[in-house]
Amino acid sequence: MKLHVNGRDYDIAVEARRTLADALRKDCGLTGTHIGCEHGVCGACTVIMDGAAVRACLIFAVQAEGAVIRTVEGLAAGGLHVIQQEFVAHHGLQCGFCTPGFLMLAVAAREAEPDLTDAEILDVLSANLCRCTGYQNIVKAVSASARRMRET
Amino acid sequence: MTGWVGRPITRFEDDALLRGAGHFTADLPAEAYLRFVRSPVAAGIIDGCIAPDGVMMITDTDLASVPPIKPIIRKFGYVPIAQPVLARGVVRYTGEPVAAVIGQTEEQAEDFADLVSLNITPAPVCVTAEAAMAPGAPVIHPGMADNIVVQTALTTPGYESANAKAAHRVVTKIRSHRQAALPMETRAAHAAFDAATGRVTLTCTAQMPHLMHRAITAMLGMAADELRVIAPDFGQKMSLAAEYVVLVWAALRLRTSIAWVEDRRDNLMASFHARDIAIEVEGAFDNEGRFLALRGDITANVGAYAPYPNTAAVEPLMSFTELPGPYDIGEYSCAARGVITNTCCSAPYRGVARPAITLAMERLLDMAAMQLGMEPAEIRRRNLIRIFPHTTPTGLVYDNAAYVETMEMALLAADVPGFRARQHAARARGVYLGLGMSSFCERTGYGSAAFAARGMDIQPGWEHVDMTLDGDGVVTARIGASPHGQGLRTTLAQIIADAVGVVPANVRVVHGDTDHTPFGWGTFASRSLVISGGASLIAARKIRERLLQQAASYLEAADADIDLRDGYASVTGTDRRVSIAVLAQVHGGFADDGFYDPLGTFSNATHIAMVAVDIETCMVRVERFIVAEDAGRLINPMIVDGQIHGGVAQGIANALLEEVIYDETGNILTISLADFLAPTAHEIPAMTILHRETIADATMTGAKGLGEGGTIGAPAAVLNAINDALAPLKVTINEMPATPARLHAALRGTK
Ligand code: FES
Ligand code: FES
Repeated sequence: MKLHVNGRDYDIAVEARRTLADALRKDCGLTGTHIGCEHGVCGACTVIMDGAAVRACLIFAVQAEGAVIRTVEGLAAGGLHVIQQEFVAHHGLQCGFCTPGFLMLAVAAREAEPDLTDAEILDVLSANLCRCTGYQNIVKAVSASARRMRET
Repeated sequence: MTGWVGRPITRFEDDALLRGAGHFTADLPAEAYLRFVRSPVAAGIIDGCIAPDGVMMITDTDLASVPPIKPIIRKFGYVPIAQPVLARGVVRYTGEPVAAVIGQTEEQAEDFADLVSLNITPAPVCVTAEAAMAPGAPVIHPGMADNIVVQTALTTPGYESANAKAAHRVVTKIRSHRQAALPMETRAAHAAFDAATGRVTLTCTAQMPHLMHRAITAMLGMAADELRVIAPDFGQKMSLAAEYVVLVWAALRLRTSIAWVEDRRDNLMASFHARDIAIEVEGAFDNEGRFLALRGDITANVGAYAPYPNTAAVEPLMSFTELPGPYDIGEYSCAARGVITNTCCSAPYRGVARPAITLAMERLLDMAAMQLGMEPAEIRRRNLIRIFPHTTPTGLVYDNAAYVETMEMALLAADVPGFRARQHAARARGVYLGLGMSSFCERTGYGSAAFAARGMDIQPGWEHVDMTLDGDGVVTARIGASPHGQGLRTTLAQIIADAVGVVPANVRVVHGDTDHTPFGWGTFASRSLVISGGASLIAARKIRERLLQQAASYLEAADADIDLRDGYASVTGTDRRVSIAVLAQVHGGFADDGFYDPLGTFSNATHIAMVAVDIETCMVRVERFIVAEDAGRLINPMIVDGQIHGGVAQGIANALLEEVIYDETGNILTISLADFLAPTAHEIPAMTILHRETIADATMTGAKGLGEGGTIGAPAAVLNAINDALAPLKVTINEMPATPARLHAALRGTK
């Protein structure tokens, strides 16, 4: 089958039961997407599929054939994406394990709705778990990046 | 002129992590994958374990020559208990690894594990400490007289007479239910055999790579050079995992690379647990609310086995030693015990025992304040230690600090009178608001003397740093410590940059690889910045001295006139300067090292939580959280605040949500994130963080450790706030987590 990820086609052969998260990590070599629970709660595996943030651990790879998939590896174009820059500036990560999931979650939400309020951002971000940061700085980083992207 | 220390510079760690290019163990591909077959019951005799034809399975029989994990302390009546790396004839908790199967993919290994037929004849179980201590309870480890693995007691000579003089006596019992650390990254390990050298490289999630190296080579009879341990990762990984030993054994046997990645179910069931502790405290107070004496009785359910290197004594003994906290309690009498049960092994988890003892002390003080008709802050004001150094009844020496001032800072920020007015008005509307506070001091950055005092066979403590300054002007620090997400590469770079005179970007910190770093102990006990930072500073100052001489002769000036800063040596008051890179080239580079083994230092904080309790749904919302913290000199305030945010979030989770639950047969009920409830961004409020900086005389850098503090103070503050909210209903809750079910049960009688 083919997976279309970050603008590139990957020809892979997978068992029907392989999840999209495993296929990205093992078959495409894109290990930036992390796996924290494999049951849809933690959001570490969040990627963007046809514009929407999805849990890659809850989707079979074969279900993603033909879809446009974006992972954390595709976010920076040379320099860091605005949201990545704001994660640095606001100390929005510590161990970094949850970070790719939060980035993709926030990017999808902002692309769908550029004028998210801070309360809406908090709602969106409460979909994923982080054990290190206590969330405060993640929320700040995402709010700041939303402001910056509105202004530019 | 200001230097780099004290500035909130952004982290060197971030770029790779943000691009999805960070190094995590589970990212490594392998030739083979391993899956553990775990006991489905809490106690029993193994009758048989049979793999389907053609499946490679490892059991205890294959590992007959591998000794069990058996950490030792030689005090407090500690009975060393042994954990075979795979169960040997009997199982002692649900999830204990019994066998391992190997497949070409993870999925195949999982299939094989499902096909293994494991027969166990169940035996009677003890799930709780009470059950394990009851007369006639089954003894879980052969050779023990009962299930008490460690016990100690102390009564100071003046206790009886002081206690007899009490004008007020207050007793409280608290219960901290079992917790799991829940790192987002589960445990993982990858062992690769190299045919050319005969060596195995073990990449694993661990906080003490050098100790893992030492333990595993000893257990498998390997020469030190036959194993390399690389540890890139985070959390819950201080103790030796039996699984890692099996993996290295398999890599040696199969001469291949083999990986194991724990799933969340295994992580919640069979990685380490913590904090299953019950404490009774009794305070004897004079008429003014001052402590005359404190009595404590501590029981910790430590699970079925002992974590290496800390042993099963770590939680009960730390509770016993540190119970008095930041208060001058006068005389002390305390008994503590650790009890073996048929549950997963308890091991150090951020805060270790202190969340429970702080809950006990802070509930006691709030109840005493109520009995004496005093504001909670006032009784603390009268009992917080003001004169330093202070020696506690258990012999700890608190270094210089400002406990009262820290508390006043928090109180000011909280505007307690304003809150009381709001609380009063809200009650009239049937809305229950509460304010709770907690003060604690945290023993941090302690060296080998503290571990020796515990009688541990393995005595961690010091750190060692090897440092070079090369001709490209880059300082390389090879540290024995092993950071796991707390930004140590950045904070050490700041310390070293100031001392040598380079910019932090030109400091490279090498860590977490036993081939490339000197022996050191790792990350635990809020020690990394204090001890590894101190060792780094010692090494950097030695290089600085030699650099000054070199610069003085190069620039033809006196040593005293040379200023080393941001990559240049210059002669003060002139425009003569030379780059440090050139000096290093001329000298052929500089190399030196630093070794640091401090006695330790106590940081302190006061936490204040404001909550709203919905008495219909029994849901608690934390609306505001204030932390006033004194951790000595702040090396990087941004990173400090990040540590507090994360710690407080874990503390709030401990207070309200997270609990490992076993049923009465020892079956574990909380093995998914739908059952073990971690908080989301919605449950954690924005925090106000205030700092004092009482520069620590006891440490090289003036810094005190603070990595665990958030987790220590938050539960007590939240529980006190809930009790304050419910005071008009005469309801108390002294158990954490204070779940809706527990609150409902407490409230039911009152409505
Ligand atoms: S790994 Fe997909 S939600 Fe946790
Ligand atoms: S930064 Fe570690 S889990 Fe979020």
